[in-house]
Amino acid sequence: MTATHERTPVEMGMPVRLVTLSVDGQEVSVPEGSTLLDACTAVGEDIPTLCYGDTLTPKNACRVCMVEVEGSRVLVPSCSRKVTENVVVRTDTERVRHSRRLVLELLGSSVDLSTTPHVEEWMAEYAADPGRFGPPAPEDLHRDVHEPGEHHAGDGSVAETMEQPDKVDNDLYVRDYSKCILCYKCVDACGTQWQNTFAIQVAGRGFESQISTEFNVELPESACVYCGNCIEVCPTGALSFKSEYDMRAEGTWNEDEQTQTTTLCTFCGVGCNLTLHVQDNTIVKVSSPHDHSVGHGNLCIKGRFGFQHVQNR
Amino acid sequence: MDLKFTDATAHEDERDAVDRLIGEAHSGWYGGERDATDHRMSYGGHQARSERHLVLEALHAVNDRVGWISPGALNYIGRRLSVPPADVYSVATFYALFSTAPRPKRIVHVCTDVACEALGAKGVCDTLQARLGPPGAASGWKHSPCLGVCERAPAAMAVEAGDPVVEHVIAPTTADDVVQALEVGPATLAAEASPTMAVPQAGDEGLILLRRVGRVDPESIDDYIAHDGYQALDRALEMGPQAVVQEVIASGLMGRGGAAFPTGRKWEATAGQPAQPHYLVCNADESEPGTFKDRAILEGDPFSLIEAMTIAAYATGAVRGYIYLRGEYPRSYRLLHNALHAARKRGYLGADILGTGWSFDLEIRRGAGAYICGEETAIFNSIEGYRGEPRTKPPFPVEVGLFGKPTVVNNVETLVNVLPIMELGGAAYAQIGTEQSTGPKLFCISGNLVRPGVYEVPFGSTLGEMIELAGGVPEGRTLQAILLGGAAGSFVRGDELDIH
Repeated sequence: MTATHERTPVEMGMPVRLVTLSVDGQEVSVPEGSTLLDACTAVGEDIPTLCYGDTLTPKNACRVCMVEVEGSRVLVPSCSRKVTENVVVRTDTERVRHSRRLVLELLGSSVDLSTTPHVEEWMAEYAADPGRFGPPAPEDLHRDVHEPGEHHAGDGSVAETMEQPDKVDNDLYVRDYSKCILCYKCVDACGTQWQNTFAIQVAGRGFESQISTEFNVELPESACVYCGNCIEVCPTGALSFKSEYDMRAEGTWNEDEQTQTTTLCTFCGVGCNLTLHVQDNTIVKVSSPHDHSVGHGNLCIKGRFGFQHVQNR
Repeated sequence: MDLKFTDATAHEDERDAVDRLIGEAHSGWYGGERDATDHRMSYGGHQARSERHLVLEALHAVNDRVGWISPGALNYIGRRLSVPPADVYSVATFYALFSTAPRPKRIVHVCTDVACEALGAKGVCDTLQARLGPPGAASGWKHSPCLGVCERAPAAMAVEAGDPVVEHVIAPTTADDVVQALEVGPATLAAEASPTMAVPQAGDEGLILLRRVGRVDPESIDDYIAHDGYQALDRALEMGPQAVVQEVIASGLMGRGGAAFPTGRKWEATAGQPAQPHYLVCNADESEPGTFKDRAILEGDPFSLIEAMTIAAYATGAVRGYIYLRGEYPRSYRLLHNALHAARKRGYLGADILGTGWSFDLEIRRGAGAYICGEETAIFNSIEGYRGEPRTKPPFPVEVGLFGKPTVVNNVETLVNVLPIMELGGAAYAQIGTEQSTGPKLFCISGNLVRPGVYEVPFGSTLGEMIELAGGVPEGRTLQAILLGGAAGSFVRGDELDIH
């Protein structure tokens, strides 16, 4: 089966009213309950997003999707704000561009965004210069020690970073929090929004915050069930399959040479869809289509990681 | 809930501290001993999870008793309240007054914020560094953001964990005091200065908000009543809830917590919400560096806040109120606790208040050291047992607030302004101050001045007039700069005194 989504069942909801608004001077009508982001997308505006997840409740953490709304004192996050009749939205004013530039600079200076899709284009588009805060601070070996309220003011010679050792504590996936923008998506996917496993949360406060298990215990000690739904939603590649992590380290990871094949998981009768990412005739990663009505992008350990037997040759 | 915990178990002390707060564990489902019957019955669900709001209180209980929160204690709190351990950890590591690393029972938080820095905090810290070593668990002293006793800077707060915990604010402090608190114990330090110290105008004629400070015994409800206490509540109960809201609207009172939103409009919007129940939250988490006005009221005239909250609840249809008090105000906590108890005993709180058939009660929730918890939606998260991070608005608290219900959040100073509004009437109150900003206003003035403290002046006074009230700078010194507001405030030069 190929990766066409046309065959997935369509859920029919109640009929909804259309709301008309203006986006950058264009009039657009979208169903009531849509977000400004939906409306912007409908008129072809390409709004950058990081913490937004199509299967999650918006957290408004990253602030890159901010737009200007007439009558609003402050910029508003387009991914969460619902459309209202006749609202006037502007996505490309100097104020919006300035805000996006600064947000990208702050994120880019403190977080390793090398595996974040589209970020290079955005940096160019908004003329962001993350290097202007100075060279990045070296790896911090104590990021998991939390002393909220105790400030360690730097001397300004380096830009603060999330740089820290990668967490490789199991055979299935790796947590590289140097790449973490603290968007909360993994926490929400692990918690009440999907998995209800509650293995991870944000610990600490302010810049010292960190995604963590209780007392930073290793994943095998934690409540983690290795469903990998956190990897599915991670926008920056901070969470990745061990297979991907190892291949990147070897320099053999090459997405241009990968094929993606969506198929049905055969482990049980639920009917989750798997998208197998294959490079050199080897499965290197498994994802799941977010618009599939059975799993909405979520899998269990078997569907996500149980593919080794396929390639026992 | 089916939660996974590590094998770490709580010590007897830790269990006792939690049990005293929430009662004994009746079964294995609530963190108690698992016995044969547990396997045949299922508890939990919404009932168990509805106790999440006790997480912060439980963390306080353990931290107060032992001085830090161990993995075993954390697990015990999680089991008792059906909260995942990663969640309890995320809350525990959010607050500056808690520690998730071992530390001694005695800890001193030394304020290094702006008012204390101006009056020698750096010298105190340098001496401590030389005598005790760098700040941290090993030396027992640590840096702290503003402790809210700026009129007596430099300040420190000494804590000795135990049963009961001893919390002692030292202000002004010296390095010797800090060392004494660590080596001999905070109980041996001289008693804290009287709350009246914060109010140099105490006893002056013509004061409105501070009129009782220094005149009334803050521990006695009889004395409060003898000083015209509870007259405003009587007046409100005669008028009826809608009329109270209309008077507050007519008064032009605007929020004194920083955002200056019209209080009457907020009350009206909440009162009209069909969703039930309604809640009332008092924001007593003033954490802005240099701000201590709410403390002057909480310690000098605590019953006034309780009376004002009772009126606010009556007007907005709230069934329960919460005073979210910053953890750095131990004396305010003691006085409020006493005041709540006395008010309840006299029928001013609880079921069937003053025979009206209307019921309302209040409780105090202690913060644990987090500036951001002064933000109204962060308070909700903190009270509900989550990390004190602000929520996205909209929806606004009047629609979706505490526990997802319509909620009024008002600052301490805002609430106590309701008493003169009830007594004078909204229109007469609106004559005080300026047309845009009605009523009396409290200003905190600290730093190198002759009489730092909280001053009550009508809106419209100039900066120079206030500095004059505070006695100006000491003899032989010149005024160089003034910081208006706190962390996000701006500096002005010493000659820019005609700012209103």
